[in-house]
Amino acid sequence: MVTMSLAQRRLVSWHLYVAVAALALGASMGPLQALEHMGIDLYRYVPFLASYYQGLSLHGVLNVLVWTTFFICGFLTFVTSATLRRPLYSLPLGWLAFGLMTGGVVLAGWAMLTNQATVLFTSYPPLKGHPAYYIGLTLVVVGTWLVSANIFLTWRQWRREHPTERTPLGAFGALVTFVMWDLASIGLAIEALFMLIPMSLGAVEGTDPLLARAFFWFTGHPIVYFWLLPAYVSWYSMVPKQAGGKLFSDPLARLALLLFIPLSIPVGIHHQFTDPGIGQGWKLVHAALTFAVFFPSAMTAFTLLASLENAGRARGARGWFDWFFRLPWRDPSVAAQLFAMLLFALGGISGLINASYNLNLMVHNTAWVPGHFHLTVGSGVTLTFMGISYWLIPYLTGRRLWSPKVALAQAWTWFIGMLIFGRGMHWLGLLGAPRRTMLGAASYAELRPDWALPSILVGVGGAILAVSLYLYLVQIVATLFFSREPAQVEVPEAEAVSGPEHAPFWFERWRLWVEVAVVLAALGYVPTVLDLVTRFNPVPGLRVW
Amino acid sequence: MQIDRYERRWMILTAVTLAVLFVAVLGSVLGAGIQVPGIDGQVDPRALARTPPFDRPGLRELGPGRYEATLVAFIWGYSPNEIRVPAGSTVTFTLTSRDVIHGFRIVDTPVNTMVIPGQVAKVTHTFTRPGTYLFVCHEYCGINHHNMYGRIIVE
Repeated sequence: MVTMSLAQRRLVSWHLYVAVAALALGASMGPLQALEHMGIDLYRYVPFLASYYQGLSLHGVLNVLVWTTFFICGFLTFVTSATLRRPLYSLPLGWLAFGLMTGGVVLAGWAMLTNQATVLFTSYPPLKGHPAYYIGLTLVVVGTWLVSANIFLTWRQWRREHPTERTPLGAFGALVTFVMWDLASIGLAIEALFMLIPMSLGAVEGTDPLLARAFFWFTGHPIVYFWLLPAYVSWYSMVPKQAGGKLFSDPLARLALLLFIPLSIPVGIHHQFTDPGIGQGWKLVHAALTFAVFFPSAMTAFTLLASLENAGRARGARGWFDWFFRLPWRDPSVAAQLFAMLLFALGGISGLINASYNLNLMVHNTAWVPGHFHLTVGSGVTLTFMGISYWLIPYLTGRRLWSPKVALAQAWTWFIGMLIFGRGMHWLGLLGAPRRTMLGAASYAELRPDWALPSILVGVGGAILAVSLYLYLVQIVATLFFSREPAQVEVPEAEAVSGPEHAPFWFERWRLWVEVAVVLAALGYVPTVLDLVTRFNPVPGLRVW
Repeated sequence: MQIDRYERRWMILTAVTLAVLFVAVLGSVLGAGIQVPGIDGQVDPRALARTPPFDRPGLRELGPGRYEATLVAFIWGYSPNEIRVPAGSTVTFTLTSRDVIHGFRIVDTPVNTMVIPGQVAKVTHTFTRPGTYLFVCHEYCGINHHNMYGRIIVE
């Protein structure tokens, strides 16, 4: 193992620090919302919040846009460099990207904290926030492009020196993630540059809300794979090693990752099944392709279970199920990621229901939907990132984890809290309660006494999650400031039962995968976008908070 | 590339399961006719007072047991916010928004549509059982979003 230079570890660390800071503020809003649903209004004690919805905007943007993006950029930069065993192509480029992204977060954060961008993370026009908000978030996206450029250039240098080798799985996953993301983020870039920023600056009076939604969801669905694939990178290429076993099949891991490049994008309209003004035929096509993109995740489930069984048996398990209990459940990094996988499986199933075209009518924009994505991005991804940070932060800083016991308690409380919260939200949604709504204050809530019990589950789950969040934050701060003992950490790199040499070389013909992705994205989107552009129907922007 | 026997079976099983589920969805669309909103026209949200049918929102009888309910969504309410129909009525809701994006979800029914300014949404439902049905805005539309609702009274 080549040791990573201090300068580069510092770059990665700073991405994680901003990520954790964003999570600290963003996720702190969560229990306020959950308890509000239960009838306990704590907002009067939070003087800097003007409303429930201002808190909800902070919660959404800081968690799913800032915490995820900064963690991903730091982690994948690290993985690329560590598994290719070479320094990053350019540290100045890395800092430039970090600076752009951080500057963007400061701009958008200022607008949100001063209640000038209470538009929630979807930022649907004609809701009209302060220009700093849209410009700030655009800078974050531009920053991710620079991060991806740095990763691609690092890989290209490696490839020149190793023309016939398979790219190590970790770096391979990082490349797949950023190839997918760079293509997918074009929709959001168009929406921001040509619609949202001009509207917020007053250069145009208004914009077309439906076309804006189409561009938003062009990026808005694949962005969930931008969050998820780095977790898959850890599950495939690191967790088997941490659990004491081997990855079951390296080539199939690669294939599952690769399938996300073409299949991630032409599925976004499944977020718009209930939008008037988009044809039912195209909605059905996107539904079918969403079923297809479920396939690589199902492959992942098999490979991971087989790898974990391999680990359990290597630890002396016998019989059918013993391996599950023999896994190193006392290792907080492993336990957190195993819990993340379990919760993600539940969220994946509720996602299949969301994708089922007319079945979506029963759940669209109800509390079911945030129930779903707290199990996926809020657990499958977030709890995995927390688990990764339990070895990565000690590796980067050279300081031992402050308290593995507290870390283990954190993983358990997140798991239990999310099970209760998720159950409550899904149930509440099936009973018809709307999402993104200050339900405890809603004048119609008294008409629905059946919403009370699931709302209690939401509140109780949210309170347990708050405990878990603060255990995590205390752990990170204490590790950075009070842990004096040096860390003995290695980067976990799993070997495979069926190794990378069995993967066909065309897996790494990136051009081919990009071309297929572009063709599929064009087939899925060009007719709908052209139709909407020819029917362009702008409406004036409004501030309604 | 070699694929393990069990993994191959799992992949086939996954593909078959997904296909069966999707065929079930197709069946419910083509067979049972359960549809999502489609393309039903555009309007200028600033000119609704002059644009039929939104110039006169309300309930209109189309024939025996058939009604059209025209609703305008706005911050923060619906016009009208109470509709009365006899049990067994089939009601087509025609909606649009005067300002920002709203939603329209009749609880305890499959009626669920976005209400987007500039777009006309049409959804149809047959109310077989008498009772009071709550409908709510399910898209964030500003500071008073949680008080945007109405009722359908089926007699």
